[in-house]
Amino acid sequence: MLEAQHISVAFGDNTVLTNATITVGAGKVVALLGPSGSGKSTLLRVIAGLLVPDSGRVLLDGVDITALPTHRRNIGMVFQDDQLFPHRTVAQNIEFGPRMLGWVKARRSARVAELLDLVGLGALADRRVTELSGGESKRVALARTLAPEPRVVLLDEPLTGLDRDLHDQLADDLAGLLRRTNTSALLVTHDHNEATTIADRIITIDAISGSGAPGAHQ
Amino acid sequence: MDRHRGAVNSAAVRRHRRSPNRLPRALVVGLAAPALVFVAMFYAWPVVTLATRSFTAEAVRTVLHDKAIHRVVWFTAWQAALSTVLTVAVGLIPAYLLARYEFVGRRSVTALVTVPFVLPTVVVGAAFLALLPDSLDQSATAIVVAHVFFNIAIVVRGVGGLWEQLPTDLAAAARTLGASPARTMREITLALLAPAIYASASIVFLFSFTSFGVVRLLGGPAHPTLEVEIWQRATRLGDVGVAAVLSVTQLILLGVAVAWFARMQTRHQRTLGLAPLTQRQRPRTRRQRVFVGFTIASVVVAVGAPLVALIEHSLRTGQGHSLAAWRAVFGNDVANSNRPSLNPGLDAFASITASLRIAVVAMLISVVIGGCASLAITALGRSGRLLDVGLMLPLATSAVTIGFGLLITFNSAPVDWRGSALMIPLGHALVATPFVVRIVVPVLRAVDPRLRDAAATLGATPARAWCTIDLRITARPLLTGAGFAFAISLGEFGATSFLTRHGRETLPIAIERLLNRPGALLHAQGYVLATVLAVLTFVVIAAVEAIRVERRTHA
Repeated sequence: MLEAQHISVAFGDNTVLTNATITVGAGKVVALLGPSGSGKSTLLRVIAGLLVPDSGRVLLDGVDITALPTHRRNIGMVFQDDQLFPHRTVAQNIEFGPRMLGWVKARRSARVAELLDLVGLGALADRRVTELSGGESKRVALARTLAPEPRVVLLDEPLTGLDRDLHDQLADDLAGLLRRTNTSALLVTHDHNEATTIADRIITIDAISGSGAPGAHQ
Repeated sequence: MDRHRGAVNSAAVRRHRRSPNRLPRALVVGLAAPALVFVAMFYAWPVVTLATRSFTAEAVRTVLHDKAIHRVVWFTAWQAALSTVLTVAVGLIPAYLLARYEFVGRRSVTALVTVPFVLPTVVVGAAFLALLPDSLDQSATAIVVAHVFFNIAIVVRGVGGLWEQLPTDLAAAARTLGASPARTMREITLALLAPAIYASASIVFLFSFTSFGVVRLLGGPAHPTLEVEIWQRATRLGDVGVAAVLSVTQLILLGVAVAWFARMQTRHQRTLGLAPLTQRQRPRTRRQRVFVGFTIASVVVAVGAPLVALIEHSLRTGQGHSLAAWRAVFGNDVANSNRPSLNPGLDAFASITASLRIAVVAMLISVVIGGCASLAITALGRSGRLLDVGLMLPLATSAVTIGFGLLITFNSAPVDWRGSALMIPLGHALVATPFVVRIVVPVLRAVDPRLRDAAATLGATPARAWCTIDLRITARPLLTGAGFAFAISLGEFGATSFLTRHGRETLPIAIERLLNRPGALLHAQGYVLATVLAVLTFVVIAAVEAIRVERRTHA
């Protein structure tokens, strides 16, 4: 179970998040809905440990991980622009996480094959990631995130910018994939349809931001 | 069949494309001629002379078997390699700072990092002579440290330029996949920056390998590089044959090195999804603030300390500090007193005026030749490329080779110009002209050809249109080029070392002479001249920058 409690973030004078609290139950997929610039991505970055909050804490299965560096959290993240490593092949991208965990070669290869199969890209293992289509690239990003068996997956507007047909198909695929792998996930999006397709539960950003009891944040 | 038709078509298109509003041929030829004569006479001929006249079997044998020469080659190679590795390692830190962080004074720090690079090599040598303790005098350490200082801007600019376009989320993705910060740096960031790192490293290696001014001042007789050895043999030992063979050896070694760097660069070349927007952030956490503050402080100290030491040493006298050396250089009474104990055999003040005079002449030559050549290059279109490349060649040749070539070509019949006051400005112009061309040509290429078409439809002859459009647009970049040419001439040391005549020393030559002679007051005078040269260079470069910035805001 993932809990983010009373998170506040400000960049200089610009307050992005005030006293935000959200919980994702084990095996659940939660969609966080809100317009762009409302601090959704900032919350994901705090949970992933990419951004230090001004106040608040992050708990994973009841353990406070607020001070833990990103690479020890075992929280996966799918970025808006995929952020595939351009100097690695499809298989090498997927293998990256397991390699960081120190898995032996045989186990890594099996995991890569399993995931390529799961996202239906078995034939593209040795392809350069710069030669992939938008949809393929998105599937590789998802496979790469799932490969090291993260405890929670964060999805930052994963389907934004794709054309309608591809978007709808990938949304279905994503929903199926997260269910099948029984992954806890927090999805950030501004698209209500996408949220209903993928998530078990939908929360709006306004609902989680405490309007700020005085003194609740420094 | 198809291919044949394609060829006919493209030829037809080309013929069709050739505008009827062409410039008169005579004008284009007239513009190209000075540059062609200049390069042929003062670059091609000397290089050919160097390679043929002095290249004897005996000289080749000496180079192949002389242990002392092997040591020189070995030292040149390893000090260049070490300088390169250290420059890259150290330079990545400010490159990272400037690429990723936004902070007050960011532009000033960028400018500050560039300062060492615009300084003449002799000034860098003098500054480190002043800064480093005597125990490091004439050591390899001093040379390497000075090379790092001098070249760091290449890495900061070259790598930083790519770094600030590298999406920050690539590293973030690696971190969420379990990579530690160090591993992310190694496997993602540095791997993706590799092409820029190799490109910068190859330039640093080139400069360190052919370093002359710094080594003449800091190396002493114990640590000659190939360039210094060539100069020693050619001018001091009269061993022109071996010097020529060494020049060619150096050219070959550099060719091999550059080819290797180019291969590494292509091997690491990747299509990157570069982010058009800069992604700089203000430091937020304590650790980030410490890093930013510490790096800025280091840059200020590293750039400032040698320059402060330079000025401090210009004020040193045997007992303490005074303006004695400044008075000796600028005051009439002491300079003219000609006391034997003080007379270094050269007039320090005269070297300033000599340098300024030479710089003016060199600037005029490179502006006229470079300006005409630029106009010809753009007017000629495709065939202009050849002229372009020809003019760049002196840039790829070490200054010592250029000076050496000029020396042995013009010191005897058929052309004996040994005594000519024009030799030094000509040598400087050879080095400076490529810069003028590189500045002017891109501006001319950017001219919308429809402007000329519009002028033609308004009744202007091709020559008239060219005068109103091209010629006028050339004025500003030409001014910038003139500034650079002036600054290059002021600091030029390699070629000048071969061409200088007793009693006509330029500033860099005078600085080297004064600092390599015993005597506190002479040393102080050397530091005075180095300070003067640094200030003059800064003033010229700052003026050039002011013109460039003004142009950018007008555009």
